[in-house]
Amino acid sequence: MKIETFINEEKKKLNIKGYTEPLLDVLRRHGYIGAKEGCRQGQCGACVVLINGLAVNSCIYPAGRTSGKKITTIEGLGKPNNLDKIQQAYLETGAVQCGYCTPGMVLSTKSLLDKNPMPKDEEIKLALDGNLCRCTGYVKIIDAVKLAAKKLQGKK
Amino acid sequence: MNEVKNNFLQVGKSKIKVDGQALVTGQPVFVGDFIIPGMLWAKVLWSPHAHARIKKIDTSKAEKLPGVKAVLTYKDVPRIPFTTAGQGAPEPSPYDSFILDNKVRFVGDRVAAVAAETEEIANEALKLIKVDYEILEPLLDPKNSRKKNAPVIHDEKEARMPLPLAYQPKKNICAHIDIKIGDAEKALKESDYVIEHEYDIHYAQHTPIETHISTAYFDVHGRMVILTSTQVPFHVRRIVARALNIPVQKIRVIKPRIGGGFGGKQEVLIEPLVAALAMKTNQAVCLKYTRSEEFVSSRCRHPQIINLKTGVKKDGTFSAIDMRIVQNNGAYGSHSLTILCNTGSKILPLFKCKNVIFDGDVVYTNLPVCGAYRGYGATEGYFAMGIQLDEMAEKIGVDIVEWSKKIHILVGETSPVFAALGEGVEGVEQSISSCGLDKCIELGAKEINWYQKRRKKQTGRFRRGVGMTIMMQGSSIPEIDMGAAFMKMNEDGSFNLLIGATDLGTGSDTIMAQIAAEVLATETDKMIVYSSDTDLTPFDVGAYASSTTYLSGQAVIKTAQKVKEQILKVASEMLKEPLENLKAEHSTVFGKTGKVTFSEIANYSLYTKHQHQIMASDSHITHKSPPPFSAHFAEVEVDTLTGKVRVIKYVAAVDCGTAINPISAEGQTEGAVLNGLSYALCERYIFNEKGRMLNPNFDNYKIFSTADLPEIKTILVPTYEPTGPFGAKSVSEIGINGPCPVIANAIYDAVGARLYNAPFTPDKVLAAIKSLGNKFL
Repeated sequence: MKIETFINEEKKKLNIKGYTEPLLDVLRRHGYIGAKEGCRQGQCGACVVLINGLAVNSCIYPAGRTSGKKITTIEGLGKPNNLDKIQQAYLETGAVQCGYCTPGMVLSTKSLLDKNPMPKDEEIKLALDGNLCRCTGYVKIIDAVKLAAKKLQGKK
Repeated sequence: MNEVKNNFLQVGKSKIKVDGQALVTGQPVFVGDFIIPGMLWAKVLWSPHAHARIKKIDTSKAEKLPGVKAVLTYKDVPRIPFTTAGQGAPEPSPYDSFILDNKVRFVGDRVAAVAAETEEIANEALKLIKVDYEILEPLLDPKNSRKKNAPVIHDEKEARMPLPLAYQPKKNICAHIDIKIGDAEKALKESDYVIEHEYDIHYAQHTPIETHISTAYFDVHGRMVILTSTQVPFHVRRIVARALNIPVQKIRVIKPRIGGGFGGKQEVLIEPLVAALAMKTNQAVCLKYTRSEEFVSSRCRHPQIINLKTGVKKDGTFSAIDMRIVQNNGAYGSHSLTILCNTGSKILPLFKCKNVIFDGDVVYTNLPVCGAYRGYGATEGYFAMGIQLDEMAEKIGVDIVEWSKKIHILVGETSPVFAALGEGVEGVEQSISSCGLDKCIELGAKEINWYQKRRKKQTGRFRRGVGMTIMMQGSSIPEIDMGAAFMKMNEDGSFNLLIGATDLGTGSDTIMAQIAAEVLATETDKMIVYSSDTDLTPFDVGAYASSTTYLSGQAVIKTAQKVKEQILKVASEMLKEPLENLKAEHSTVFGKTGKVTFSEIANYSLYTKHQHQIMASDSHITHKSPPPFSAHFAEVEVDTLTGKVRVIKYVAAVDCGTAINPISAEGQTEGAVLNGLSYALCERYIFNEKGRMLNPNFDNYKIFSTADLPEIKTILVPTYEPTGPFGAKSVSEIGINGPCPVIANAIYDAVGARLYNAPFTPDKVLAAIKSLGNKFL
């Protein structure tokens, strides 16, 4: 079946194998490979994308439900040599090691900061709790979110 | 030589990762991001039995399913034994594995493999394979492996050790070691204080967020290309060549970015199977493990049962250490001997002690297979040693912090253990040339506020305590590991740096760029780093044994020095000044009368006169494995009603020599610490009575997430290791060794109950408190 969505603010027609086909597979098939597969059970957050601004695990999200909705993938943020502020903050704080969890982590950060521009540590920890990272120990990821908040406020 | 030299311009500075922009924007950099037209998908049929022989296997229905391109069983692959352990050749691990076999040795062992047009078809095909098993008695308890009538797991005639080492598969023993230094038995008798206890440390999984994945395809010349998430591309090439009996020349292995490894990808686990499927179909084939397959059918940390006995004299000096180990390797012998050796060689030399017994058996069981995991045996050993030190300090009536400073090895000292215990073979004698451990202890104790918080009398439900331990690791495997680099200069003064060293997310590409730039007096961002492609980069053993910075870094230094000599030679010709007048600074060569930029030098050498390519290569092996040192401290809060332990604060002070990229060194430490905390408190394999793992997913195998994150403080204690690149030692593994003993010691400080069996789940903590009876007030 075909559905119409807005991906990164562009109108897109997607071919899906059925209403319940995981959004992750549909996105990757259509070239949005920034969302990664880590568990296929909605438990690790590597596949996080935003739907109408809300972070969801695309590996268990039925693609059919995105009809008419706005999807934001990591491709909708910055590009190399033109990074978005959150991405810049992740690099500057050393929050990226292997990078496999990073797209999902960055999008969860965006979802948080869009709603709560200056979150407290505990709020950051809760917002990112669904995104697993095995490399960093999260310390520098929390730093990245705080730096990103400052950058977005024009303070750094 | 402990002075700190920090007049560097590129090293010792936190630099943004050279691959950072690609990673943070989600570019196609991982194996799964590369889709080759017409690529097939592979799936594996797993054994439902812990121990069985395949009597009959019928794949005819599966083969007829439309879209299925190949079904492989043991009948279709060469019967060549090999080890999946990605180690140097010949490997110190037994050749006890086949691509597919007619016997299965654990629940999750391979039975057959399918390649089909889609993953769905491949999964359907698996259901159509009919297998008739002769079910054999399973061996699920490592304590039973050596019993006389125990079932023999490796009864195949081909199983052998490629090195002349003790290997007794008929007794389920895949490795054995016994070392005696001095007379420990006598010394123990003469000790004033003796403690003996058994410590039990458990299975765990690396859980890289990217599971194992490989794609094999053929290039236009018919050579096989294996795109794979590996820490050891050159070992992959060699071991695939062996397992499939094809020449190394026919194989190219490319490592793109890796989504985490932690030792799990120091394993040539799926590449031989993917390669076999590609050969059978003559098409591109991709195999990626599901999360559940990653838990059950990849590799784990080796559980050990450690019997540790130490003797101490009245003056607080060690008289003897007697460590005896039974290590469970699961169904195959990957990294069996070397992990065991490391449990001794990374722990015993830390302590000044003349009488040592180190004795261990590594046994087979019908359980998931163990392999390399960050810490590599040291994590297991420090669990026992760290707790026993705390107990001993209490027994002799000294503060563990003060005592720790007195018992460890110092600069200029050696330990007989270095020479006695190596990686499977004899070790290499070495004396310590840098050690910042006292400073680590001092700064760590201050940061945790040790003297205010230790031994606080408490009542009530929630009680807090602090604990600590000291440790060391190594930096590469001396006389065995080799790394190499190649470098060439471009017109704009940039350089291509080609290295075999394998960045698995640790940031080693960036570190190598910093090292090269420092030597050449240029900027880190002038380096174009390309790593780990067996066709294009020189050899490197790969990313393991805490070796990359220390070992491959020296290869980069030597290479860059040669390039620099060539740059100066051209500059001398251009400036008409002798070499001794010249100095390179900020990508420019200055003479007494003039200057030329690197770009001008490159253009001159390529286009103007005496044209040649400025380029060089070099290799490095090490004769030492200088230990990084570390002291860890934690404060915990124990809920005495539920047994739940909450970590309040964790401090890791580490001496890694010069931290080439401090932000990366901190990141390595924090990642290792959190993994260690998660291992100490909640990660565990739950098996049923038939050997099946019951919790192969993140809902039931809990790893720490942001909500569990305590305050973590990393303190880098700079020293200068004279044999390391710009004074650097390793940092990646050591941090995972602390949490198990430190948390156990902090729990004891809080509630007075000792835990000898990890992880410290609420049920065990509660039971330990209850066992105190009236002593718990």
